[in-house]
Amino acid sequence: MKKIVVVAGLLTMAVPVLAHHGNASVENKTVVMKGIVTEWLWTNPHTFLKFDVKDESGTVKHWTAEWNNPSTLVNFGFTARTFKAGDEVTVTLSGVAKSGAPIGRLKSVLLPDGTLMTEDEAVGK
Amino acid sequence: MTRRMILASSAAVAALAVSAGAQRVQPPVHVDGWGRPVAEKPKDYTPGPAPKRDLSGIYEPAAGWRAGVQATGARDFPSDRAHTLPFTPLGEKTWRSHRPGFGVTAVEIQYNNDPFNICDPIGTPRISLFNLRGLQIVQTPKQVLLLYQNSQVWRNIWTDGRELPKEFDEPRWYGYSVGKWTDDYTFVATTRGLDERTWIDNAGRPHSDQLTVEETFHRVNADIVELTLTIDDPKMYTQKWTALNKFRLGLLPDSFDIREQLCSPSEAANYNTTQADAVKK
Repeated sequence: MKKIVVVAGLLTMAVPVLAHHGNASVENKTVVMKGIVTEWLWTNPHTFLKFDVKDESGTVKHWTAEWNNPSTLVNFGFTARTFKAGDEVTVTLSGVAKSGAPIGRLKSVLLPDGTLMTEDEAVGK
Repeated sequence: MTRRMILASSAAVAALAVSAGAQRVQPPVHVDGWGRPVAEKPKDYTPGPAPKRDLSGIYEPAAGWRAGVQATGARDFPSDRAHTLPFTPLGEKTWRSHRPGFGVTAVEIQYNNDPFNICDPIGTPRISLFNLRGLQIVQTPKQVLLLYQNSQVWRNIWTDGRELPKEFDEPRWYGYSVGKWTDDYTFVATTRGLDERTWIDNAGRPHSDQLTVEETFHRVNADIVELTLTIDDPKMYTQKWTALNKFRLGLLPDSFDIREQLCSPSEAANYNTTQADAVKK
């Protein structure tokens, strides 16, 4: 498993606005990592992707990343079955918790079949 | 979002897709509650004339299905450095006690006290000033019914000639509403008797039991209704202010199914546990 790649400063213009909880707890930076999906929660007010990431030392970190609500994501091709446990995915976060907890906000997820799932900010504005 | 930002964003996503080895980016397709794509109107389409005294239909924001999100507060009076509301001292104090996720008083998530965090009813007028998405308007001989996608709630606006009481023994989350046609294409609804626990918008603007919300629905043509919403609350504001000014709602096909968009208390609690609590570490 490749180590986590941090691309600070890129793509910050596309940070999603998520419901009413705000962005003050989140540091805007792009983090790309490969992981294994453990759970996809199709819930309100936000969806969650949970996944495990192994670093170079073999330590596994359990990440939880949130995305927009189902009412928004359905317009970008997402469903309650888009991800399943065991999927090997490449996850791109647009922000991570300032506290250092393995919590993030999703920017895109590359599926095993090569499809990039993303919420294109240019749509619907 | 400006055109330049849209292009930059799209380019960034495309670059990301290439760098990540993506074969294709899942294309966006606006769908209804049954997952059916919403057909776009032909480029040469011209809407017909407005029907008289008729608002009935299914609508979404005309500028795009997400144009009603209004994350930083009322669309035409957002919480930013350029807009200062005419607060009374009580209004200012109450606003400062609210800790929203967005706007100039935004706080980190663990300090956020938005009543919607625990799925308290979103209330009037926030139902129109935050996440205004699908809206179905139904007219009966004595009422205009507003059916909202967000929270899947309805409001009834009485048109049978009754007047609003001067006092309300039981304030309601969505208030008490009456309405009338001021001309063949303009319907004005007045709402009072609102529960003080709700916020006016996503930026935590407060209101008191003296709030009067006036909504003007103006049917421009067969496809467009313009919504103007004003706030009048002498306890909290020294003057009336306009939260929405001619916000355009576009008519959808009558086969459009409004999607369920509920605030689930158990799912919200899970969110607060897994996300909000986790950032405290």
